[in-house]
Amino acid sequence: MIGGLFIYNHKGEVLISRVYRDDIGRNAVDAFRVNVIHARQQVRSPVTNIARTSFFHVKRSNIWLAAVTKQNVNAAMVFEFLYKMCDVMTAYFGKISEENIKNNFVLIYELLDEILDFGYPQNSETGALKTFITQQGIKGQHQTKEEQSQITSQVTGQIGWRREGIKYRRNELFLDVLESVNLLMSPQGQVLSAHVSGRVVMKSYLSGMPECKFGMNDKIVIDKQGKGAVSDDAGKSDLGGGSSGKQSIAIDDCTFHQCVRLSKFDSERSISFIPPDGEYELMRYRTTKDIILPFRVIPLVREVGRTKLEVKVVIKSNFKPSLLAQKIEVRIPTPLNTSGVQVICMKGKAKYKASENAIVWKIKRMAGMKESQISAEIELLPTNDKKKWARPPISMNFEVPFAPSGLKVRYLKVFESKLNYSDHDVIKWVRYIGRSGIYETRC
Amino acid sequence: MQEWANQLCENRQFGSKMTDSKYFTTTKKGEIFELKAELNSDKKEKKKEAVKKVIASMTVGKDVSALFPDVVNCMQTDNLELKKLVYLYLMNYAKSQPDMAIMAVNTFVKDCEDPNPLIRALAVRTMGCIRVDKITEYLCEPLRKCLKDEDPYVRKTAAVCVAKLHDINAQLVEDQGFLDTLKDLISDSNPMVVANAVAALSEIAESHPNSNLLDLNPQTINKLLTALNECTEWGQIFILDCLANYTPRDDRESQSICERVTPRLSHANSAVVLSAVKVLMKFMEMLPKDLDYYGTLLKKLAPPLVTLLSAEPELQYVALRNINLIVQRRPEILKHEMKVFFVKYNDPIYVKLEKLDIMIRLASQANIAQVLAELKEYATEVDVDFVRKAVRAIGRCAIKVEQSAERCVSTLLDLIQTKVNYVVQEAIVVIKDIFRKYPNKYESVIATLCENLDSLDEPEARAAMIWIVGEYAERIDNADELLESFLEGFHDESTQVQLQLLTAIVKLFLKKPTETQELVQQVLSLATQDSDNPDLRDRGYIYWRLLSTDPVAAKEVVLAEKPLISEETDLIEPTLLEELICHIGTLASVYHKPPSAFVEGSRGVQHKRLAGSSGSGESVESPDTGSAAGVSEAPPAVIPSQGDLLGDLLNLDLTPTTTGPPPPASTGMQMGAMDLLGGGLDSLMGDESEPPPIPLRTDTPQSPQLPHQSPSPPDYSPTELGGDLGGSPAMGAPFGAPPATMPASFNAPVSGGLDDLFDLAGGVGMPMGAYNPPKTLWLPAMKAKGLEISGTFVRRAGVIQMEMTLNNKAMSVMSDFAIQFNRNSFGLAPAGPLQILTPLSPNQSIEAALPLSTVGPVMKMEPLNNLQLTFPSVTNEKTAG
Repeated sequence: MIGGLFIYNHKGEVLISRVYRDDIGRNAVDAFRVNVIHARQQVRSPVTNIARTSFFHVKRSNIWLAAVTKQNVNAAMVFEFLYKMCDVMTAYFGKISEENIKNNFVLIYELLDEILDFGYPQNSETGALKTFITQQGIKGQHQTKEEQSQITSQVTGQIGWRREGIKYRRNELFLDVLESVNLLMSPQGQVLSAHVSGRVVMKSYLSGMPECKFGMNDKIVIDKQGKGAVSDDAGKSDLGGGSSGKQSIAIDDCTFHQCVRLSKFDSERSISFIPPDGEYELMRYRTTKDIILPFRVIPLVREVGRTKLEVKVVIKSNFKPSLLAQKIEVRIPTPLNTSGVQVICMKGKAKYKASENAIVWKIKRMAGMKESQISAEIELLPTNDKKKWARPPISMNFEVPFAPSGLKVRYLKVFESKLNYSDHDVIKWVRYIGRSGIYETRC
Repeated sequence: MQEWANQLCENRQFGSKMTDSKYFTTTKKGEIFELKAELNSDKKEKKKEAVKKVIASMTVGKDVSALFPDVVNCMQTDNLELKKLVYLYLMNYAKSQPDMAIMAVNTFVKDCEDPNPLIRALAVRTMGCIRVDKITEYLCEPLRKCLKDEDPYVRKTAAVCVAKLHDINAQLVEDQGFLDTLKDLISDSNPMVVANAVAALSEIAESHPNSNLLDLNPQTINKLLTALNECTEWGQIFILDCLANYTPRDDRESQSICERVTPRLSHANSAVVLSAVKVLMKFMEMLPKDLDYYGTLLKKLAPPLVTLLSAEPELQYVALRNINLIVQRRPEILKHEMKVFFVKYNDPIYVKLEKLDIMIRLASQANIAQVLAELKEYATEVDVDFVRKAVRAIGRCAIKVEQSAERCVSTLLDLIQTKVNYVVQEAIVVIKDIFRKYPNKYESVIATLCENLDSLDEPEARAAMIWIVGEYAERIDNADELLESFLEGFHDESTQVQLQLLTAIVKLFLKKPTETQELVQQVLSLATQDSDNPDLRDRGYIYWRLLSTDPVAAKEVVLAEKPLISEETDLIEPTLLEELICHIGTLASVYHKPPSAFVEGSRGVQHKRLAGSSGSGESVESPDTGSAAGVSEAPPAVIPSQGDLLGDLLNLDLTPTTTGPPPPASTGMQMGAMDLLGGGLDSLMGDESEPPPIPLRTDTPQSPQLPHQSPSPPDYSPTELGGDLGGSPAMGAPFGAPPATMPASFNAPVSGGLDDLFDLAGGVGMPMGAYNPPKTLWLPAMKAKGLEISGTFVRRAGVIQMEMTLNNKAMSVMSDFAIQFNRNSFGLAPAGPLQILTPLSPNQSIEAALPLSTVGPVMKMEPLNNLQLTFPSVTNEKTAG
């Protein structure tokens, strides 16, 4: 299991050092600094073996978190734990920075004592942790016996992510369907790979221990229900949205927050759960079929002699004209030996950024089924370098108000038998946001 | 009320802003004294501040152990925060101040009775971390109580505490009966208690492989599966990892467990998913392939594996290393998922390199066009390592998919035209392999290759080019000139190039004897007279002899037709692969090495095997079934690069640890080890008066083993040639290892033991073989005219070595040592000649290490691990007479 956990600043100074196992000594702290943080070469692996000691590290801004072990630990678990550790710290004191870590070092030690015991990760849900570990010591001494046992039963309980007795005057929930659409396209416009990775993020402000059921236009469910059910759905698609007229989508794979009953999903494909309080990620999913690619990039690069390049890029928006895409940015790489660039664009603003070796073209808004174009002349310095310019792909960023996968939320039902509110009393909000992931066109 | 509390705590957060970081900055002299005074202050606040300062100093590595009594005095407090800080200090320094640490015991015992479960748990948790023998005795009673505490939070903490205590004093834990209590906790009503009990038991069981500690039977399995649905994500991982050690009784049980584990594939936590994959991959072995469920299961495995690739890069890396294993074991799972392994421009380099590996594994006729287009794209990227690997990958595609060979070759030629130095060199190395796979097909490109002769500066590329020139000397008009040009700087070349040049010129001579006589004489004299390298000298002499005695035979030997190289390259050796599949998700699967290679001590030495294939239960490591078991299809020629089966067996068999194997096997191996020095050598030495089976190495140098290019087919394996050329795809094997550890394991001699612990100069060494058995006496001096030999077998950097100490107890000088391995069950043979260059004077001893390979002729011995060595040596007396 994890033998020790260290946090360093960018210089390699130790901010936090917690050793859990006897086989890890102080010299391990230095070994990681010397071999990884101060290494001359770029780090080539997130797992490093130094003299029979394995180091796992992740970086958050310029802070290094490293877990150390001498055993054959579950590597996936160690990384998941490090991410979780980051989440917990962020939930407690915001951004992970040197200053914040130094200011909260006592708290961090307390957390590390609680969520990692002898190197075994324990309950690390912030909702539960915050009930008994606070910034100023542990609440505890003034609690009643009932409160104490309530804490412990929650920390160890089946529903470790939610405490009892939550009350809201207004029961409300927000669902965000956040998708990032990834594309790799050949210069000829052939889709080399495309997939959507989506997340359903829920903010729940619900009283008691509500039992929720979530439904979406999952092809398997819809097909199972048969045609009759589809017309029935049309009547109550009060939560619907998005742009596509598709009835159902094929989900390649999905993963759920630990609150979802996986065995039930496996047998009935229904998503039922008792949600944590506040914001959390209900599910993640991935689709590869029938993706709506919101933009098409058509590049044209022409080399005029050895010292000049002509670039023309057309972008076309491919969605309902009534919808507006936002924050559009096209990044056209330029060779390293560029000496000057002249750009003309029909819409938005374009600039050559020498430090980034790219022309950055920004458009604030663009409606569907439109087209825009940029052309640039790039002057090159003559070089002796035999190696040809690698022509990195043209990348794009944007945000659209629909889900490129075509996913639709069909319902989210809330049941709370002990309290006197029903599904109808809950105010529900749904929002769809499609963003660009890695959206690249080779040129 | 909760909201209020949160708000309050947020306010406090702002209140405390810019306060705590100050503790990190105090670096005055006399700090310790100041702290001492503050610690003994009457004011609570001041005390707490002082302890915080102490902890901050401890964190940055200052020694504050002098404050021990003062800090411990602060322990008796109602303030939990202060208490936790003191505990933290105690855990760090108790070991250095064991007598003082006793002072803390009373408080611990008292806290274990506290009405607040959080305090009870805190006390038992901390006590277990204080590694002082005297304290552990006092710990027993409180621990016993806590294991039966009414509060699950205390019980789950106590469960882990048993593992802690076991780590300090295993005997105590057994004597006190804590193991039974721990076992009872598997039936606890609280899932988290179950999970922690399972974790603790699994860890303890690892150091007692033969104990029936984790008594997994259908009832306990059922309990675990029930808890699986209810406990935290981490608990699910512990349970799944434990389940993977279970061997179902039959395929029905196997299926029912699989059915209950598959829902875990949808968990958001990647580690839960990977551990579930491990259980499924393992239990799938038990299922009959014609079962419908088997097909369903295969289909269910692909999507979650693909999903892992959208996790954070570090997890992607772990996932990719595991997928690499999974596609080797069951290629059908991901055969349609090629596209997801396409490299993204912004992927970290470690993800890119791993993806490339998997792309090659999945390449097939159906997708080769796409793959090639991608690889071509990658060959123009920036990162040198990545580009090299991409170029190599193109060559591997050519070898793997015959239909694409032509396209690959023309792509490689295009790349050579770019004249980018490392691209050209990489391309030449793979083209040589393509020639070996498709002889007499693509030789038209040789002209293009020759154009780039001057730009080659890496030994591997030079050697490859020289091999090509030698091999096709008859088609290259100026082959002699080309080779001659290399000959000028012969002594500055690396061994690889020298050996290759020697062979190439001999080939040339055999093909064009008239024009090249001078050249061949030149190279032979360079190799035999001016070189210090015994390999080179030996090969030179062999050629010389061959050429001078029987040119026809020489032709047959040197120009013998070479076997084609196999399609799949750098696959992991099947037994190792099986073991690694049992370790999916763990470090072993990331390193692609068995745990014994990087875990010290007894932990992890236990070898795991896939259940279904071995027939007999798991962890039975019987040497004679080892190589055949578990390979359903005919195994492709596999290059033993990472420590192969026989090496493993050897390592295990000669290791007197009593870990894995059941009694019969272990007695067998003890016997074997004794036999090695007893019977075998005895009888051999008795024969010494008779003419030894192999001519002695005197002034007519003749290597006792056959040279590499031996004409007899069984000795001639692609492996050997691969090593010889240094460039066949077999040598691509190191790519399988994580990049960071790759160079060290091949260059740096890794000395075992603790000396190299954090030897920073040594870099990232990856020691192989955790335990080296000490040398034992193989041959007493009395029986061998004064030569005493003791030795052992070890594995260094993945190579089996025989390490010997030769001790001259005779009165005269001994010299000219040679060694012969008789045919044995392991196919063990020397990988190089025995290098003892200096004569051994009386009463002097000398250390010798002989690298071994397992490609020699195999003959089953009785007992199986009997090994006979012939060790003819010459005393000066003898030569004089």
